[in-house]
Amino acid sequence: METLRRSFREVLRYPSALVGLAIIVVLLATAVYAVIKIPYRRAIALWRGGESAWYQNPKYAPPSWFNAFTPQKLPVSFKAGSSDGGMSKTVTPGAQGTGTVDISYAFDYQYDGYPQELLLYFTTTFVEKQPFVSIAWLTPDGRTIRVDDFGVARKQTVRFAQIKRLLQRLKGDDPMQALFQDPETGTLLKGQYQLQITGTTFEEGADIDAEFVFHGQLYGLAGTDHQRRDLVLPLLWGAPVALIFGLVASLGTLVLTMIIAAVGTWYGGWVDELIQRITEINLVLPFLSILVMVGVFYSRSIWVILGVTVLLSIFTGSIKSYRAIFLQVKESAYIEAARAYGASNARIVFRYLIPRMIPLLIPGLVSSVPAFVFLEASLAVLGLGDPVLPTWGKIINDADTNGALYKGYYYWIIEPAVLLMVTGFGFAMLGFALDRVFNPRLREA
Amino acid sequence: MAVASETTSPGPLPERSSAGTSTLSRVTRYTALRLVTLFGTVVIGIYLTIMIANMGGYVDVIMRSEIRERITMEFANSRAAQTMTPEARAEFLATQIAQEEQRVGLNTPVAVRNVRFLLNALSLNLGRAINMTSDSGSKLVRLIILERLPATLLLMGTAELSLFFISVFVALSLSRRYGSWWDKLVITLSPSSAAPPWFYGIFFILFFAAILRILPFGGMTDSPPPSNPVDYALNVLKHMILPASALIISSLFLSIYNWRTFFLIYSSEDYVEMAKAKGLPARDIERRYILRPTLPTIITNFALLLISTVSGAIITETVFLWPGLGRTLYRAIGLYDTPVIVGTTIIYAYLLAITVFLLDFMYALVDPRVKIGGN
Repeated sequence: METLRRSFREVLRYPSALVGLAIIVVLLATAVYAVIKIPYRRAIALWRGGESAWYQNPKYAPPSWFNAFTPQKLPVSFKAGSSDGGMSKTVTPGAQGTGTVDISYAFDYQYDGYPQELLLYFTTTFVEKQPFVSIAWLTPDGRTIRVDDFGVARKQTVRFAQIKRLLQRLKGDDPMQALFQDPETGTLLKGQYQLQITGTTFEEGADIDAEFVFHGQLYGLAGTDHQRRDLVLPLLWGAPVALIFGLVASLGTLVLTMIIAAVGTWYGGWVDELIQRITEINLVLPFLSILVMVGVFYSRSIWVILGVTVLLSIFTGSIKSYRAIFLQVKESAYIEAARAYGASNARIVFRYLIPRMIPLLIPGLVSSVPAFVFLEASLAVLGLGDPVLPTWGKIINDADTNGALYKGYYYWIIEPAVLLMVTGFGFAMLGFALDRVFNPRLREA
Repeated sequence: MAVASETTSPGPLPERSSAGTSTLSRVTRYTALRLVTLFGTVVIGIYLTIMIANMGGYVDVIMRSEIRERITMEFANSRAAQTMTPEARAEFLATQIAQEEQRVGLNTPVAVRNVRFLLNALSLNLGRAINMTSDSGSKLVRLIILERLPATLLLMGTAELSLFFISVFVALSLSRRYGSWWDKLVITLSPSSAAPPWFYGIFFILFFAAILRILPFGGMTDSPPPSNPVDYALNVLKHMILPASALIISSLFLSIYNWRTFFLIYSSEDYVEMAKAKGLPARDIERRYILRPTLPTIITNFALLLISTVSGAIITETVFLWPGLGRTLYRAIGLYDTPVIVGTTIIYAYLLAITVFLLDFMYALVDPRVKIGGN
């Protein structure tokens, strides 16, 4: 124990180990935060939610911090509703139960691009007589564009780019551009825009609420994908999934490999021979294709894949190197002493042989984590990711199948890739430093 | 690791060599022996593969659908089919199919059936694809796969050989300049091998194809491919730069680091010090005193590396749209084409075995214990 503690203190003298450790701690914190902030059920419901959960987001929108790096400022998405006070709403009662509802929203537009789409979601309450609304668009230079007038249903969505009257009035111009342009010069106008909705209700107790959704070209902290999903969700949730997969696979593989190597060396004879032969056969088994077969034929659940991964990773080259070390340890005096006082085979294997290997196990444990983290991502890239969980690999897969690299949605691939890389590097750097401390043979070199 | 085991376990290597036996015959005997044991390993490996594939009855499904298609086709072409009523035709077909299934042995126990599939697989009789066809239009899985094999071998061979030579030479020169700036750089960069090749591939595509637009996004040739053979070769070469670099980069720094450490350990051996003291030129010391005894271990390490990259290249090919085995497997997953998936797995098992064998053979050539014939 004392030597272990001393070794760890020594590890912390390596700057790479400190960086690696810091990365791992941040990742663990992120994972815990993700699981607490967005509980499992909610995360999955959102991830598989589709249009109804994500209608407020634009498609294929890079993150909003893109503007910090580009001279051209692209519009950032936002939304405002009248029911929660985001849009100002005044209700004036009129004669014979009628009423006027004025909803307006003013915003400062200082961007160099046009939005993807403007939407209005109306929610109205009435019994028989439909309320009537007219929508107007006020530009910074004082013009008023009539957008549309219509009787509004209980739930109604207005997409500005598809309003027939507006399209006719604009004579074929793209509404998204026309609404934000100076008609004389055809250039973009910056300044204060205002959306005005004037509604008339014809019943006692009737009401109109509207939600204005502005689909800009940028969105949020991480951007969105082809299904309008906010990438923050899978990026956050990818951390616990990657860590659990990596750590469990790495720990499981190492512990099982070590036990099997120890048992084989201790008992020798046919047991040892059998383990050697299994290792040789496992060598010609194509690891990834077998995982692919399991994924295609049986189950894509991350736990099944994890189990098969561990099973296939036990009998590999490392069992040989453990065996070599155990063979040396087997001959040492303290084992002989244990045998002399009549310790059972199991006692010798689990109390004397295996504990001796733990220092050697630690670097291997840490440095094999990245391989498993990337394995999970690799399977996801092949389309064999867990069907329900949001993971980093699945973002890359979605991006890849939607041609993100060809169409220039680089953020979509870079964000998960950077997270994968940081995770991999964190563990690899710590593992390297541990290896140098625990393997004295490397230290002098 | 098969390569290493042969040196630790004495095994039936030629006993004390009689004076007349040449190195060649010993290497041949060793190789033949390895070939036999390796073949046994492959047989068991492929049997396991089939067992895994057939646990849900998937190989049975492949067989049944193949029988159904063949019998139906034969019957449709026969003259009797035209004279029969539809009911009689269906009944006749059903009995024919049942008979054929019986003949092929589909109602025998699973273990027996699996042996039959094993024999088929060993002779590359892999059945027919459900949806996919080869470029020549055949539905035979064997043809689909064999058509793709050269592309995979070209890419893997180029990448692995370059990787091997680059890392051995860089490692040797670094071990000479131990502690220098370059040495430290390689140590710092060695964790970069944690990421698989496809991961670097994505970044390469991003920089060189999407942003700089100097190299193609993927594929093996332009379309249409150039007709002139020289242009064709150059075109393939140009398309190969990115995938091959991705494969190389992903293992480069770690293997340089490993071998450099290894060379350093060996260069502190007494006989190396002795050679230095004798005043031998540095080049000779490196070649004869450091590289020579370490070669078997280098080959072993390389074999392990190669084996881990063989199946890892599946995704690299997919990312680069390289028309090789990996991409075929990816398409088969997408189309749920079970015969192709099982077939590809079997071919990968063969490829791995061939790799192990070739490296064993090289091992036999360079390892003095095999070459001289002692144990």
